[in-house]
Amino acid sequence: MSEAVKEPSMLLQKDMIAKNYDAITSKHETGRKVSSTFVPGNLNELLMCFDILNNLPEINAIQNGMRKLSGGYIMEAEKSGHSEDVCTYVKADIGMMGRGNIAPNGKPFPDPDVLLLSYTGCYTFMKWFELLRAEYKCPTLMLHVPYEGDGHSTKNMRDYVVKQLKEVIIPGLEQVSGVKFDIDRLREYLANSAKAEDDLVWCLDQGKRKPSPIDSYFGGVYYIGPIFTAFRGRQDAIDYYKALRLEIQARIDAGQGPMTPEGKSLDDQNYRLVVEGPPNWTSFREFWKMFYDEGAVVVASSYTKVGGMYDLGFRHDPANPLESLADYCLGCYTNRNLPTRVDILTKYVEEYEADGILINSIKSCNSFSAGQLMIMKEVEKRTGKPGAFIETDLVDPRYFSAANVKNRLESYFQMIEQKRQGAHRAA
Amino acid sequence: MASTAELIAACQTRFEDIDFKDARAWKAAQPGRKVVGFLPVYVPLEMIHAAGCLPLGIFGGGDQMEVIHGDAYYQSYICRIPRSTIELGVTNRLDFVDGMIFPFVCDVIRNLSGMWKLMFPNVWSKFFDTPQNFDPEIGGVYYQAELQELRQGLETLTGRAITDDDLRRSIALYNENRDLVRAVYALRARQPWKAPTSDVYLLMRVGLTMPVEEHNQLLRDYMAAAAAEDRPKRDNVRIAIFGSFCEQPPLNLIKSIEMAGCYVVEDDYSLVNRFITEAIPTDGDPIAALSLAYLQKSVETSCKYVPKEEDKGVFHVERVRAVAAEGVIYATPSFCDPALLDRPMICARLSEAKIPYIAFKYAENSGQMQPIREQAGTFADSIKLWS
Ligand code: SF4
Ligand code: SF4
Repeated sequence: MSEAVKEPSMLLQKDMIAKNYDAITSKHETGRKVSSTFVPGNLNELLMCFDILNNLPEINAIQNGMRKLSGGYIMEAEKSGHSEDVCTYVKADIGMMGRGNIAPNGKPFPDPDVLLLSYTGCYTFMKWFELLRAEYKCPTLMLHVPYEGDGHSTKNMRDYVVKQLKEVIIPGLEQVSGVKFDIDRLREYLANSAKAEDDLVWCLDQGKRKPSPIDSYFGGVYYIGPIFTAFRGRQDAIDYYKALRLEIQARIDAGQGPMTPEGKSLDDQNYRLVVEGPPNWTSFREFWKMFYDEGAVVVASSYTKVGGMYDLGFRHDPANPLESLADYCLGCYTNRNLPTRVDILTKYVEEYEADGILINSIKSCNSFSAGQLMIMKEVEKRTGKPGAFIETDLVDPRYFSAANVKNRLESYFQMIEQKRQGAHRAA
Repeated sequence: MASTAELIAACQTRFEDIDFKDARAWKAAQPGRKVVGFLPVYVPLEMIHAAGCLPLGIFGGGDQMEVIHGDAYYQSYICRIPRSTIELGVTNRLDFVDGMIFPFVCDVIRNLSGMWKLMFPNVWSKFFDTPQNFDPEIGGVYYQAELQELRQGLETLTGRAITDDDLRRSIALYNENRDLVRAVYALRARQPWKAPTSDVYLLMRVGLTMPVEEHNQLLRDYMAAAAAEDRPKRDNVRIAIFGSFCEQPPLNLIKSIEMAGCYVVEDDYSLVNRFITEAIPTDGDPIAALSLAYLQKSVETSCKYVPKEEDKGVFHVERVRAVAAEGVIYATPSFCDPALLDRPMICARLSEAKIPYIAFKYAENSGQMQPIREQAGTFADSIKLWS
């Protein structure tokens, strides 16, 4: 495939990511401390209060998936005793360590100074960092975020998270960094976060337009990049979302759809979809092409909510800094119970006037995948719109069967057509 | 006095009954009785008992049940217990169950709790999230409030209050149960030919479906009968089983390991009744006592975070030493994230302690025993050869 055409916001983000990797890999020269932590429940503003850099192993796995390195890393991990059945992000990470732990900038990752185990929405996180801790022997700070089993958080859950922040996480980060915690610094970063979050929500909301000027899945994974990773709370994230907003506004003004990697905008939109589940990264462009070739645009997705459900109104709040971090962690998409996920997806199909829901079920991700068939049936039932189910993996190329996925998608688009014709006839 | 064979035959009948006739009969015997199902790995059964309800352990459908509907709810790469549990539900085998508790063990059971809410909206169901912070002032405070919430949920279900004294009485009964369970395990560790694992397993499994008072008597009867009987001692090696705490292997697999020359002297099969390792105090605040027991006196297992790296797997090594096991079989359900993600870490600790181990995977409906028997047999032979 030819080199992907990138929009200015993508280039801006690429530059931000590159700088972050450079900062991480030069920690020995600069004396900065580095943490590893996860995207859901990511406490970037808090880490910034201690001048600690944020390295996210899921993002490294994605990078390795897109650069076609993850397959080899996964095999490496399996050879060393990790089961073929478990999450491939973990194995891609562990396999990368086995092969020199080289960052995307070509320099070796330094060992982390702290593992910030923000334990939100996925069981695997706990084991992943137990595994890394056995290698790095560095301090590991567990922040247990209870699951919203009854569909909402309670005062007890919030108090528990806040207490852990006060008595475990903050003292632990002070010790690692040697920096004293300053709550006003945190407030300042949270205020920055909220600004960027406002703009992100505006951008995602534009999927309601016809034609949609955004693709909320394939494009969406870029849009969420800064806010879900090492940049939330920083000025460059605010700037990124301002730039993104202008870019989207320009497309709206020109009546254009989202830009594809081939540099054309997808203006003729035949199908509007809501997608549930993470994407496949190893064949990301090929996967995307199967959609835009058919004129299918994703107008809303759940994956763009794993690092925070800002579209439902949540904002980081400088007036209640620790409580707001707790609410943030509690409210991430995979920490919501299944009926809530059904409600959210139903709302997306309705509010974004989608033709239906497509589930990309990830083989190795129980957090997302267990129960997705039922989610599909429920959303179909409630919206009267057809659903479809495809199966791939995140970063294990062995589980991406292009022919199967393409077949499924084609049948799905036919199904949508039939449904439309049926509706016409009935009218 | 009934023989062990008679007692175990009755257990087997109960174990194989996937319509739960005995639990239904318990409920029907008195108006207003309620049954509360629970999934692995740990629920404070004392609370359900104190509410006057029968706690009913649900461990999927085993190998006796054909899963027809359940497969429509789960992809092929998800373990079997949730699909056979759904099958039990949609085939009305659990239609007498008034409440369901889904404790935290992994994301599959976690998500199943939500599915249950959608599928059976009239059944009270609760996801029960135990703390991963073990400081009494942090995780303990949270957990006590969660226990109170569970208490209120059960009170609403039954329409009657659970007093502290009710709870203390239930804790005392479960302390007795834990003592007896430990005594059976100790008997097996001492004289495994007298209490084979297939017996012990059935005794424990059915115990999780009957009133605790009845189970306590059953355990006493079994130990008395076992003491009175002579059973031939074989030249078997002594092994511990880990990794089997949630979805259960079929009974045939449990038997096959023994038949292959292994005396199982420690295991984590259906862990519930050994999860708490010591008696829970019956004086003072019962909620605080239940909470402290979980925080400080519970086993190391995959659904619990181990705060210190150096402590990881220590429990397993200690158990192996305590029962003088000569090797470990790390037997996990296929696609079981908790057990499989833990496997490299636990097995590394076993290696450091020079404890030989093998690992394999199973499903609750595994039918092929020959490979397992061969693997366990070879393992037993190698232990004999090198010991
Ligand atoms: S199991 Fe899913 S949510 Fe968890 S780390 Fe893996 S991909 Fe992420
Ligand atoms: S068998 Fe393992 S993966 Fe399946 S529900 Fe039980 S703990 Fe979870």
